[in-house]
Amino acid sequence: MRPIESFELPSPSKVNYLNATYGLKSWLLTKDHKRIALLYLGSITFFFFVGGIYALMIRLELLTPQGDFLASTTYNKVFTQHGIIMVFFFLIPSIPATLGNFLIPMMIGAKDLAFPRINLLSWYIYLLGGIVTIYALLAGGVDTGWTFYTPFSTTFSNSYVVATGLGIFINGFSSILTGLNFIVTIHTMRAPGMTWFRMPLFIWSHYATSLIMILGTPVIAITVLLVAFERVAGVGIFNPKLGGDPILFQHMFWFYSHPAVYIMVLPGMGVISELIANFSRKNIFGYSFVAFSSLAIAVFGFLVWGHHMFVTPQSVYAGMIFSFLSFAVAIPSAIKVFNWTATLYKSSISYDTPMLYALGFIGLFTIGGMTGLFLAALAVDVHVSDTYFVVAHFHYIMVGGTLMAYLGGLHYWWPKITGRLYPEGWGRFSALVIFVGFNLTFLPQFVAGYLGMPRRYHAYPPEFQVFNVLSTAGASILGFGMLIPAIYFVWSMRYGRHAEANPWHLPGLEWRTQSPPPTENFETTPIVTWDAYEFAPPEETEVVGTLRGEYDRA
Amino acid sequence: MQSWIPLIPDSASSVSWKVDALFFYLSGITLFFTLLISGTLIFFVIRYRRRTPYEIPRPVAGSHKLETVWTVIPFMIAMTIFMWGVFVFFEQYKPPTNAIEVYVVGKQWMWKLQHATGQREINELHVPVGRKVKLIMTSEDVIHDFFVPAFRTKADVVPGRYTTMWFEATKAGQYHLFCAEYCGMNHSGMTGSVIVMEPRDFDNWLSGNTGNMTPATAGQQLYQTLGCASCHGANGEGGRGPALTGTFGSQVSLANGGAVIADEAYLRESIINPQAKIVTGFGPIMPTFQGQVSEDQLMQLVAYIKSLHVGGQQTPVTAASPSPARAVTAPSPTRNAR
Repeated sequence: MRPIESFELPSPSKVNYLNATYGLKSWLLTKDHKRIALLYLGSITFFFFVGGIYALMIRLELLTPQGDFLASTTYNKVFTQHGIIMVFFFLIPSIPATLGNFLIPMMIGAKDLAFPRINLLSWYIYLLGGIVTIYALLAGGVDTGWTFYTPFSTTFSNSYVVATGLGIFINGFSSILTGLNFIVTIHTMRAPGMTWFRMPLFIWSHYATSLIMILGTPVIAITVLLVAFERVAGVGIFNPKLGGDPILFQHMFWFYSHPAVYIMVLPGMGVISELIANFSRKNIFGYSFVAFSSLAIAVFGFLVWGHHMFVTPQSVYAGMIFSFLSFAVAIPSAIKVFNWTATLYKSSISYDTPMLYALGFIGLFTIGGMTGLFLAALAVDVHVSDTYFVVAHFHYIMVGGTLMAYLGGLHYWWPKITGRLYPEGWGRFSALVIFVGFNLTFLPQFVAGYLGMPRRYHAYPPEFQVFNVLSTAGASILGFGMLIPAIYFVWSMRYGRHAEANPWHLPGLEWRTQSPPPTENFETTPIVTWDAYEFAPPEETEVVGTLRGEYDRA
Repeated sequence: MQSWIPLIPDSASSVSWKVDALFFYLSGITLFFTLLISGTLIFFVIRYRRRTPYEIPRPVAGSHKLETVWTVIPFMIAMTIFMWGVFVFFEQYKPPTNAIEVYVVGKQWMWKLQHATGQREINELHVPVGRKVKLIMTSEDVIHDFFVPAFRTKADVVPGRYTTMWFEATKAGQYHLFCAEYCGMNHSGMTGSVIVMEPRDFDNWLSGNTGNMTPATAGQQLYQTLGCASCHGANGEGGRGPALTGTFGSQVSLANGGAVIADEAYLRESIINPQAKIVTGFGPIMPTFQGQVSEDQLMQLVAYIKSLHVGGQQTPVTAASPSPARAVTAPSPTRNAR
């Protein structure tokens, strides 16, 4: 066994990307992917808390069966805006634009992304889209649901549909440019020796995500544009009174918005692969299966949009095919879960905060994924679609999955990003609080949903109250749990203990440079001679459950 | 008020136990895998916790055999769920023959219903136990969704086309009716009840609520006042326009060489957009009635045409399309037109 410190660590230096230059201008005009990642971190955190306040308002309204806290028009705007902000301005950019932006060049040994100016441009586009959307919310808000179903959105809604749509339209270009940048970077900027199968799985998952971003996002842009055309110019596209077809909208919307679910969760899976391997000091079991499952998800993810439409007049045979494909797309996710679990076998597991998030992710993602099978099963979906069962399911994926991974990743790379340590005790405590609060919020919603409580209801029959009280109690705990990291992260930036270059003692490239890294990431271009997660020399490899020689290593 | 909290809703239709059975199967699988994964995780996390700060475990090679096992087994399990789901789904949406027909119009934010015998209801639907009930539904404005949790079924109600759903209630009682597709300001107020009655009570209810014309009779009057008779004949026997007697449920050959089964959606389309499908041997001379007749009146006209039988010979009133296609509708009526 060799000590993990055996590789050379750079000599500590006072100059890093944070203090290389000073002043607002040096940030707003930066081309450094690490600074741009921090610009994103700041802005998505802002949007996360805006969306969180909406969530709080929803839960307060639903505490009692009567619609007493908010007027129904306000409530409709609140849940719409919660969805729009969280999906388009938090979840979709969250991991790729912050952690991905910061780490992709560092993990593959590059100085920056392939197109640093485009990277900065994509943040400005995001900001512009965000400002337009915030304007729409302040001017009067939007009440169509984040799904903008026609003909309600094109003809019947008296709210700021076009302005909100414009914000989403603009924001889409930020996604496309980020995806483009990642793909080119991963293809062309890898350090010598960093072959495809030596790349950390974080990179593979971002590669798959980027494919969806550039192939899917244009479709939502077109869809939003058509909604605006019909709304403003009265062109008949979706409204049957004008000769349109309202179901056409749903096909177009879900053609993007289902793959968008994978834009949100694939980067999270990448983070979890890093956390599981690094906090158990073990190479990921079945590396290539985990890597290719990301690509399989990206491809199959484009073929399942019709499972959102089982109760529309879509033909039953189309429903059957979409159901089959939805079961098929579940398999790559299951493969990942099994491989993560198998990785822990005979490993050395630490209980640091990021690992707690990773373990929480696997449990919650398992529940989220399995309840997805309920929705893919045609007969059951007919009963539970448009109920709280669906709401619970996708929050298990989006919050239990993506948000857990994001928080885990943020803790894990915090020393690298800021050069400071967060308080470990508070970290573990808040991870636990968030886990408990999350489950209390969303587990009862599965039951309420199967009992028939429809989603997007401002008032509801009293027999559902008990589940809503539990949910609201859980949401309060969850909200409290979220505030703790918000406070100690800010605190640690000034008062946290200084982090060494490699505080976790890990072999990844991003840990082989100082914390925080210099602007050019590495003093000299690294030459990679090891596989991802190579804690011990390969000749010590143990073979389990198979014949010797059947190695899966690249 | 029950003193315990129910975990599944009332089960009151012929398919609800079938949906529940699949739901329990899925719940069992979910519970099994969740316990398997989290149990294994917890065991590993305790068993292989880091004991000394510097320990490095041996790396492990992957295993194609294991990967195959945990790809194939979940896939097989998924396929059992898939097949089961398909079978029950086809039953949920296959339109039955010899069902009681009820016409449903959704609008912001109410349900308007009319029985074939004429009774009108708002936000309430009375049905008997043990009879199949088929709903023929459309919307006046936005998309709604007719959802009865106790029957484990729902279907979108879409403007510009007819959708159908059916159920057979098995237990008398009063059950929630919800609009499940978000439809604007008072969406959560677009609720009502389905009242399931013993057949004798239902007959009493029916006889106590006369006074309304049946939809077919109302349709017959509209047929005269709208001037349909001048081309289609006083009793639908045909003239400059195609005959309407016996049309419903039959195959109609079209001028463009195609053919179509004359279902409700086809009749509706032919009234509001007559140029979309021209019957062989006739000219495109019929004016559109778009905007001149309401969805209620359209349904009455359709009901009247359905009631026209050839020479007293019974055509099956509820003949359904040959496929289990749920929305008996062809593509949206207006989409083919322009």
